[in-house]
Amino acid sequence: MRALTWHGKHDVRVETVDDPEILNPRDAIIRITSTAICGSDLHLYDGYIPTMQAGDILGHEFMGEVVETGPKSTLKKGQRVVVPFTISCGSCYHCGKHQYSACDNGLPADNQDIAQTLYGQPMSGLFGYSHMTGGYSGGQAEYVRVPFSDVGPIVVPDGIDDEKVLFLSDILPTGWMAAENADIEPGDTVAVWGCGPVGLFAVQSAFLMGAERVIAIDHFPRRLELAKRFGAETINFEESAVYEALLEMTGGIGPDACIDSVGLEAHGFFVDNVIDQLKASTFLGTDRPHAIRQAILACRKGGRVSMPAVYGGFVDKFPLGAFMEKGLTLKTGQTHVQHYMPGLLNAIIEDKIDTTFLISHRLPLEEAAEGYRMFHDDQNEVTKVVLKPDWAKTAA
Amino acid sequence: MSETLDRRREDDAPPSTSKDRTAAVEEATASFLDKPAQGDADTLVARTVTINRPRAELYAYWRDFANLPSFMDNVERVDILDSRRSHWVVKAPGGKAVEWDAVITQEEEGAVIAWTSEEGADVPNSGRIDFRDAQGDRGTIVTATILYDPPAGVVGKIVAKLFQREPAIQARRDLRRFKQLMETGEIATGARNRRLVEEGKN
Repeated sequence: MRALTWHGKHDVRVETVDDPEILNPRDAIIRITSTAICGSDLHLYDGYIPTMQAGDILGHEFMGEVVETGPKSTLKKGQRVVVPFTISCGSCYHCGKHQYSACDNGLPADNQDIAQTLYGQPMSGLFGYSHMTGGYSGGQAEYVRVPFSDVGPIVVPDGIDDEKVLFLSDILPTGWMAAENADIEPGDTVAVWGCGPVGLFAVQSAFLMGAERVIAIDHFPRRLELAKRFGAETINFEESAVYEALLEMTGGIGPDACIDSVGLEAHGFFVDNVIDQLKASTFLGTDRPHAIRQAILACRKGGRVSMPAVYGGFVDKFPLGAFMEKGLTLKTGQTHVQHYMPGLLNAIIEDKIDTTFLISHRLPLEEAAEGYRMFHDDQNEVTKVVLKPDWAKTAA
Repeated sequence: MSETLDRRREDDAPPSTSKDRTAAVEEATASFLDKPAQGDADTLVARTVTINRPRAELYAYWRDFANLPSFMDNVERVDILDSRRSHWVVKAPGGKAVEWDAVITQEEEGAVIAWTSEEGADVPNSGRIDFRDAQGDRGTIVTATILYDPPAGVVGKIVAKLFQREPAIQARRDLRRFKQLMETGEIATGARNRRLVEEGKN
């Protein structure tokens, strides 16, 4: 089959690799019909994530058609499914509590060592996201092996376009959980750092959960425009001082809840950001956490901070004093995708949530490397790239 | 058995987590662990995992020693000699194998399996597997405790690579695989197909 493989920093290629096979009883093989490049794929592209190996297949936002099932899979051939990016068993204690991304069994036993050392306990597996998260081949390919197919993939009714439901795989539930973690109360003002897909879905979700005002922060005009479309007020951090602007816009109180959906990809010429970037590139091991610092300082006293953004390691100059003195609450975590999929699928079917506005580019899988380059180089125009492995067929 | 532990420290942590390794072995062997028949077993390893399944089911699977290679990566095979004795063949570095006969020294249905190696073992060892109900309906707490005599000499040095530090890692990984098998019915692999499984890729 053809697949997008990783070979090093800024080096991804579409190659012919051998096909996936059923290996465990609960596996299924999916023929991919649509797959997207995620902002977090850029962390791999930029070489920020350790334990990558040449030839690894990327991609954790994908959907397609069931073509083969193991004896314990509950899927049927021909069904259309969206696959969650988290690989969770459904039978451990954490899955029982719907904390799917904390699954005990999603990672192969040997691969759990690194996560255990770094985080204290191993987390769930992830598709196409380094060997620390299981070494699973991702979905930017023609076919993919999906473990635990009886609990992960959600069956999509016929007649709904791929593009309406594709983002159930990651970014829509991630944006939703970010807003849920902000414990929004009626009348609240919610500030959202980063108007990438997760931030934009968090904006929509915050309003649906009863926020009175949402203030979106970014520096890409097109992304701020999209946030405005959903009713958010905006701050362009290249033009205005964020902390001062937030205080002025909230009567000096600060936002009731702050959502950091920036994480590792914090851009901008801030002094601490440059130091962080320097340390990261010299392997002195630090994430680049400007947004989370700003969120903690701006948040109102006793407020909530929600952090869907991806952080992998350690953070310098975390304003722990402000966090403690103001009595803030921080909620975070990889998304418990399986928990949110059914409700969000219904919201899509009932037209309560729109996801298709996000897609700026559609490409054949063969041009995936170009898709990465475009997404990396122009995050103003390129908000989402969707790859189609069967482009020739769908175009015909 | 924890109620019979000799507590010389004002510390409820299990002896395997003690910073004083000699004291840990002394405490363990004085209270709940047999010493192997021969050799100077001075290395203690213990790992605990909670498994979301009933005690009886986990005990039954483990007690059938022929099942053990299904989740113990280094164990090539276990031959059952009689109801108490078994012969173990375990992979060692360089394509070699180490072997021993083990005898069950304590057996309590659904709770404990303890063993010790017999005379002539390549790596004298003893140990026990404890099964306890977890609090709050979380299933069963399984603790594997192993005491062994790390091999010495030239051959020993090679073998030690595996047996000096690895038993801690292996015990942890084996217990994770046991948990996966019992909770999910399969052992997770990140490989895409059989070729990658055979190449040991994850």
